[in-house]
Amino acid sequence: MYRQTEIIKDSSEVSPGGGDLEEGGGAEFVINVGPQHPATHGVLHLVITLNGETIKKVEPHLGFIHRSIEKMCESLTYRQFIYVTSRMDYLSSHINNHGCALCVEKGLQVEIPPRAQVIRVIMDELTRIASHELWWGAMAMDLGAFTPFFHAFRERETINDIMEETCGARLTMNYMVPGGVMADIHPNFQKRVKDFIILFKSKVDEYDELVTGNVIFRNRMKGVGFLSKEDAISYGCTGPTARGSTASCDIRKLYPYEVYDKVEFEEILETGCDSFARYMVRIRELRQSIKIIEQLIDNIPEGDFQAKTKAVLKLPKGEFYSRVETARGEFGVYIVSEGGATPYRIRFRSPGFSNLSALDHMIRGGKIGDLIAAMGTLDLVIPDIDR
Amino acid sequence: MWSLSKITDTIQNWLNQTFNPTWALIFEMLIVGVCVISLFAILGLILVLMERKVSAWMQIRLGPNRVGPKGMFQSLADTVKLLVKEGLTPGGADKLLFNLAPFVAMIVAMLLMAPIAFAKDFQMWDLNIGVLYVSAISSVSVIGILMAGWASNNKYSLLGAMRSGAQIVSYELSAGLSALAIVVLTGSLSVSDIIYSQADGWWIFKGHIPAIIAFVTFIIAVTAETNRAPFDLAEAESELTAGFHTEYSGMKFALFFLAEYVNVFIVCAIGATLFLGGWMPFHIGNWQGFNHVMDFIPSSIWFFGKTFFLIFVIMWFRWTFPRLRIDQLLNLEWKYLLPISMINLLLITAMAILKWHF
Amino acid sequence: MTTEELKIKITELLPSAAFEEGGEWLTVNIGSADWLSFAKQLRNEGSLFFDYLFCLTCIDWKTHLTMVYHLTSTLYRHNIVIKAKLNRDKPEIETVSNIWKTAEFHERESYEMFGVNFLNHPDLRLLILPDGWEGKNPMRKDFEDPVNMIKL
Repeated sequence: MYRQTEIIKDSSEVSPGGGDLEEGGGAEFVINVGPQHPATHGVLHLVITLNGETIKKVEPHLGFIHRSIEKMCESLTYRQFIYVTSRMDYLSSHINNHGCALCVEKGLQVEIPPRAQVIRVIMDELTRIASHELWWGAMAMDLGAFTPFFHAFRERETINDIMEETCGARLTMNYMVPGGVMADIHPNFQKRVKDFIILFKSKVDEYDELVTGNVIFRNRMKGVGFLSKEDAISYGCTGPTARGSTASCDIRKLYPYEVYDKVEFEEILETGCDSFARYMVRIRELRQSIKIIEQLIDNIPEGDFQAKTKAVLKLPKGEFYSRVETARGEFGVYIVSEGGATPYRIRFRSPGFSNLSALDHMIRGGKIGDLIAAMGTLDLVIPDIDR
Repeated sequence: MWSLSKITDTIQNWLNQTFNPTWALIFEMLIVGVCVISLFAILGLILVLMERKVSAWMQIRLGPNRVGPKGMFQSLADTVKLLVKEGLTPGGADKLLFNLAPFVAMIVAMLLMAPIAFAKDFQMWDLNIGVLYVSAISSVSVIGILMAGWASNNKYSLLGAMRSGAQIVSYELSAGLSALAIVVLTGSLSVSDIIYSQADGWWIFKGHIPAIIAFVTFIIAVTAETNRAPFDLAEAESELTAGFHTEYSGMKFALFFLAEYVNVFIVCAIGATLFLGGWMPFHIGNWQGFNHVMDFIPSSIWFFGKTFFLIFVIMWFRWTFPRLRIDQLLNLEWKYLLPISMINLLLITAMAILKWHF
Repeated sequence: MTTEELKIKITELLPSAAFEEGGEWLTVNIGSADWLSFAKQLRNEGSLFFDYLFCLTCIDWKTHLTMVYHLTSTLYRHNIVIKAKLNRDKPEIETVSNIWKTAEFHERESYEMFGVNFLNHPDLRLLILPDGWEGKNPMRKDFEDPVNMIKL
């Protein structure tokens, strides 16, 4: 296990526009990172103000992929709107759907059959692994190492194949429906997942060998993008971003849903508060996800995969809030119902949006290379930020 | 035994018999020029293909496999594509410098070919300060990059060029000091003298540990000097999109691309010459029989084998390591490599004076 | 703290607070003028310590707007929902971005989508919408865009 030994900068040192940054003098140099840029992985637009190579300010400009999903959902029924949310955080689309389904079920007060609960959790964890894999490859590529990307995609492909067999799709699965899941699992599902577990366990060690232990990589990550625990909470950071700063925020542990209170797993916390800690959280989470799947895959109870619900769902008048842990953090769904077949107002609390807001604070005083490293460990998915 | 030097002798004799000496010299120069340009092109094609195949092999892919047998003509097809592409010049650019920069980069790479011995007695210009010439000319390559970055009128290009300037100028020192280690051992700056001094064993084996240290320093420094990953900060595509050549397209881009690969070839050839004996076969001290057997392998194969091995090592770096940050890059040079190579040079000098080497 | 204890504590802090029944968490209706001082108390009071604002949004009720703040305490793990009614024609409320930094971005989003004017906000500009959308407030119920909106 790699431990953080030194914390290079204190958060107080990089106060806005103050301290040693001003001493360099000279004119400000403003460059646009994005909306078309290899490191932003989408259409994020950052306006960065530089002094030489040192970053003075980062200002995100959002909205290039804003589709106003919240407004769209106001005219969709409770069965329909779930599938729009797959298009937000497309890398953990399953978990987004799960959050919405949970919120609708909360309003309808339906009991979900145990089989559906277990299938949902297995699917969630597979999605989480797939998402972390993609993050790992893409982040290594941001830092200039191309090879990990292909190694990560090799395993991710296996998960996509499993998903394809059961859900019929590879990226936006649309497998969750209010009351359970869309269809029963494929007969091959259990066998293929078990094969995948065996394969994946050896591959995680390979990832560590390839990237985690690399001296250049660790020098690039340690002490970069410092985010203290207080700031992480204040900025509303969740998921691995906050857990790298020792802020406990795993919804699966704190507010368990489905069968998460019956399985054994750890909430990963790292004390480094920097990019490397966030990296380690995700790498260690891969192993925890595998552990959860291992416990459940042989114990899928028999029974219905879907509770009986009415054809047209109508939520009672009131407000419902549910939250789930996606690969990027806490995903909240807030439904305000007037009793009709469509929500009156819906609000998605997306993890990426809050995580991004901490970027400016994290990166002031760093170099351009640090910005790329810190942005990589935030694991931003742009449609998730813009909605 | 078949050798390249015999061919060149035959041609020279024929030219001298047929024409008067002035015309013979002009013809010789023309032939050399054509050879260098074609070698330049062929090397570019081969190295690009090799890079793609090596990266594919490391990344569990197949790499190019459609054009020609095993994808051998892929880089040829790419060249044709680049040739017919429009070479854009941005509106705000300094047109003269912008268009001149790729040629500067290419001409520098071509000039560096002169003192390299490709095989036994097969060398364009065996000047007595060969190593000095190489160090001097290779630092000119930074001018091409700075010109490109400045003239593009693009912030990314400018940042890339500035990074590149800082990087090449600093790593020049370590590369030079490491080369100097071998010059001290040999007592000569001439490339052919250095190669002949390794007739009883390569310097990397004869020079004990200091020579190995010098070799490792040299490889790291030249990787940085040629802007190759993990030191490719000048073009760091995830930070600066493409660095100094962001605005280049078509053949002007291809010239930068080609110059990079030819530079890699040249520094590897220099490395092979200094530390691994150039075209000199693998000889061990006074094992006459063994040395004689080794001599049966043509010297050009020895030279290209060693060079391509070093090129492979540099490609291996590129496809496994993440990139350094600019301050770490300069720290590595000024705080580690430079002191190490200076102390190492002292050790080597002491060794040379005391005749401790073989 | 349980919901009952929270109720007692909050009545102590803000006697004018009205409680709303039926929600999952304790829901408190307050006047928009009380918000800043009340927010400071919620954040700093030792036994409350609501340090994590996990959802900030606005609802358009056609007659008025409602700001909704979901708060949680990472120390005690209790949740609370604060609602403040705003005048629809001139919605104004104090910013809390200096108490919970995450509010800065969320308030900018509410500003452009609903037109809520956050007083003393450090940088109240459009965040998601492109230039030229100031004052159009697309998330309000009466927003019409005949070109881009398809009625279902």
